[in-house]
Amino acid sequence: MERFHVTKAKDLRGKACELKFEGERIVTEFSSTDKVTVIDAGGSTLIPGLVDLHTHLREPGREDAETVLTGSLAAVAGGFTAISAMPNTAPVADTAGVVEQVFRLGQSHGLCDVFPIGAVTEGQAGTTLAEIAAMHASEARVRIFSDDGHCVADPLVMRRALEYVKNFDGVIAQHAQDPRLTNGAQMNEGLVSSVIGLKGWPAVAEESIIARDVLLAEHVNSRVHICHVSTAGSVEIIRWAKARGIRVTAEVTPHHLLLTDELARGFNPIYKVNPPLRTEKDVVALREGVADGTIDIIATDHAPHPAESKECEWSAASFGMTGLETALSVSYQALVATKTTSFEKLISLMSSNPAAIGKYEGHGSLKAGSYANFALVDLDAEWTVEPTAMRSKSKNTPFANYVLPVKVNQTYFKGNRVFSGGVK
Amino acid sequence: MSVVLNAGEIARALRRISHEILEHNKGSQSILLLGIPTRGAFLSKRIASMIEEIEGHEVPHGTLDVTMYRDDLRLRPPRALMSTEIPISGINEMHVVLVDDVLYSGRTIRAALDALSELGRPASVQLAVLVDRGHRELPIRADFVGKNLPTSSSERVHVLLQECDESDEVVIEAQS
Amino acid sequence: MNKHLLSIEDLSKSDAIQILDTAEEIARISDGPVKKLPTLRGRTIVNLFFEDSTRTRISFEAAAKRLSADVINFSAKGSSLSKGESLKDTALTLQAMGADAVVIRHGSSGAPARLADQSWMKGSVINAGDGTHEHPSQALLDSFTLRRHLRDSAGDLSGIKVAIVGDILHSRVARSNVLLLKKLGAEVTLVAPHTLLPFGIDQWPVNISYDFDDVLPHVDAVMMLRVQRERMSELFFPSEREYSRGFGLTKERLDRMPKGAVVMHPGPMNRGLEISAEAADAVNSVIVEQVTNGVTVRMAILYLLLGGMSA
Repeated sequence: MERFHVTKAKDLRGKACELKFEGERIVTEFSSTDKVTVIDAGGSTLIPGLVDLHTHLREPGREDAETVLTGSLAAVAGGFTAISAMPNTAPVADTAGVVEQVFRLGQSHGLCDVFPIGAVTEGQAGTTLAEIAAMHASEARVRIFSDDGHCVADPLVMRRALEYVKNFDGVIAQHAQDPRLTNGAQMNEGLVSSVIGLKGWPAVAEESIIARDVLLAEHVNSRVHICHVSTAGSVEIIRWAKARGIRVTAEVTPHHLLLTDELARGFNPIYKVNPPLRTEKDVVALREGVADGTIDIIATDHAPHPAESKECEWSAASFGMTGLETALSVSYQALVATKTTSFEKLISLMSSNPAAIGKYEGHGSLKAGSYANFALVDLDAEWTVEPTAMRSKSKNTPFANYVLPVKVNQTYFKGNRVFSGGVK
Repeated sequence: MSVVLNAGEIARALRRISHEILEHNKGSQSILLLGIPTRGAFLSKRIASMIEEIEGHEVPHGTLDVTMYRDDLRLRPPRALMSTEIPISGINEMHVVLVDDVLYSGRTIRAALDALSELGRPASVQLAVLVDRGHRELPIRADFVGKNLPTSSSERVHVLLQECDESDEVVIEAQS
Repeated sequence: MNKHLLSIEDLSKSDAIQILDTAEEIARISDGPVKKLPTLRGRTIVNLFFEDSTRTRISFEAAAKRLSADVINFSAKGSSLSKGESLKDTALTLQAMGADAVVIRHGSSGAPARLADQSWMKGSVINAGDGTHEHPSQALLDSFTLRRHLRDSAGDLSGIKVAIVGDILHSRVARSNVLLLKKLGAEVTLVAPHTLLPFGIDQWPVNISYDFDDVLPHVDAVMMLRVQRERMSELFFPSEREYSRGFGLTKERLDRMPKGAVVMHPGPMNRGLEISAEAADAVNSVIVEQVTNGVTVRMAILYLLLGGMSA
């Protein structure tokens, strides 16, 4: 068994620290002093490997946009050691077969853990429950189910799904979007949409579904997770639900914490995303929701698309942005640089909290016994986002040419170095 | 910068041109004065009122903007169009006298001839200018000239008129 | 002036007035025997229409031809080009053919802005209507028409009261007109049922009214917008009769308009729905004149974008 000793690192509060691991696990003390390799962190900050609960990897079906391999490469470059593959692939991940395929691909690449999320309904069509228990019982051990990309709109289907996953304490991750209120919608419904004439996507289409689902979760006493919360009203409803003791958790994306619908004015569909970028008021409310614990985690909603899906007119373009490689930096910019939260809190939003929701054992922690999943990051470095230099197969980042804080220097997954970028 | 014509000299030149136009056309019958904006239009108006003074009746006059007929449009940023006002009687069978401030390459007058040919068939077309500074690029000459002014092509000639410049003056400027 | 005409938002007030003044001079020339000017000889203008619009296409074509430009009509509707994915390829093709300007009509808001992307097209792009975004040349011809009737063909439109009536939500004509009329100093009142006003309208610099009869006695002009019958099935209003009763320019309403106020409509009209036959054909209707002015104003736009040295 190999032994490693990370020295000259800093912890989340900036104090000197070190880390020891043997094989794939973190230890308090080495079992032997033989063959100890020292990793000199050179003063960089040691963070647990980040955990993403919302990733689109496109395999199987759209390997031109992303594969499990390229998505994993992008993930580790962003400091992630666990990502969660959304089921909207072709075929949809609604059977044990598909989720196992994705899971095994992740294992075979060995860069990070790829935890498949299973579809709630067959083909994500919203009508018949998928074989949820079979997916859970599979090698992939699926615990999160979502029709992401689509809303589980039918209240009865949602109720049954919430009840059904209770058997194994699973969770339904809802993409809250009332389909009738958003038919053909292109961007946030507000002043900008009214002026530039793109069909509006009202905040209430998200909020009404969240309100319904927290009440359903309360009624059946199950867990519900709200994907990519984007409006001030949603934050308020979730805050209310939590105060009431409802078992709801919520995520926000880095881009919703930083960007607004003003960016649509140039009609560049690089800013077209689902849910849409909202207003400054919403951005402020989302940050407050993060600060007071209403929002539990940051998730990337990494949504890669090939160039031609964005090099066209707005309404023909695909929804989505890449995010794995910019998530830590953008979130830092939105939350820590604005003094909304501490860096320590930010890291829990991106590691231990999501690991707890997904029950990803051994992830999101630097305690002894956890996997030796960690990253060394430079909090003082800045970098310029260059789409062509990114590991993701797709280059649809809205942050091109942004100068962002925090650079990931190295990422370790189960004791192996899987990324080395900023060699000093 | 030196003054080559002062206000009195400009007035005398225009008066002489007015007499020459009448003499050349044997009176004011069938004369139509068309000034090329901006300054040619003001000069044409002045000549028209001088002829009216001499003859005792009004002489038809108007303006002709030639911008849309220029052959050098693509060499400069787009210019604002000036007014074209042709008397309702039209230009057919009239002795049209084009009036401009400075005759230089001749390209403006070529454009004016094109514009005129679209408007009808005048009996004749004549040209009156306040200053002829030479350097023609086309086979065009003026019938009535206020002053022949030999210049170098590096110099610039400015015609200033009360109507738009607050004084009457022709000045020559050596371009640095 | 910018190199492109994508939106009224991109124009300054002086740009707008320059276009109107230029159109006025062109009108003066065109009212005489001169029907054709040599100004754009050797320039190629492509009419790229992804949506049917015979009027606008013909108007731009006439404008281009009167300036002696070569016109290529490229109707993409129904062909493989109507698919969004190939807008870039279409642009590259037109670029390779040496188009000096592309006049584009597209069903998707912002498509002209995409076409004008530096890496796609080097020529000028003129928006001839995009989705529910803008239709700048229509607004310019409307203001040109208003200025002729109410402001003696010169200056701006300050103090003039204009009511725009009907389907504001889906109207690119309304969006461009609001922007331009406000730029020129006019006072704008939008009259429509709530369902046909966009969310966010309260932040527009306009008055809003649901009572046409209340607005009518105070206007200098009414612009009636086309109401598409399909909107009924999309729950925007219950029936044609109810719409017409509330927001149609009926004979009775026509009679209550102040003396000298004009009736406008961008066409094509639904007689009997948003406008009665009496109003459409009334002496104070300038609807036919709008069509004539359309050619003149588009000539001015083409001249100002293409008549000089390319930027």
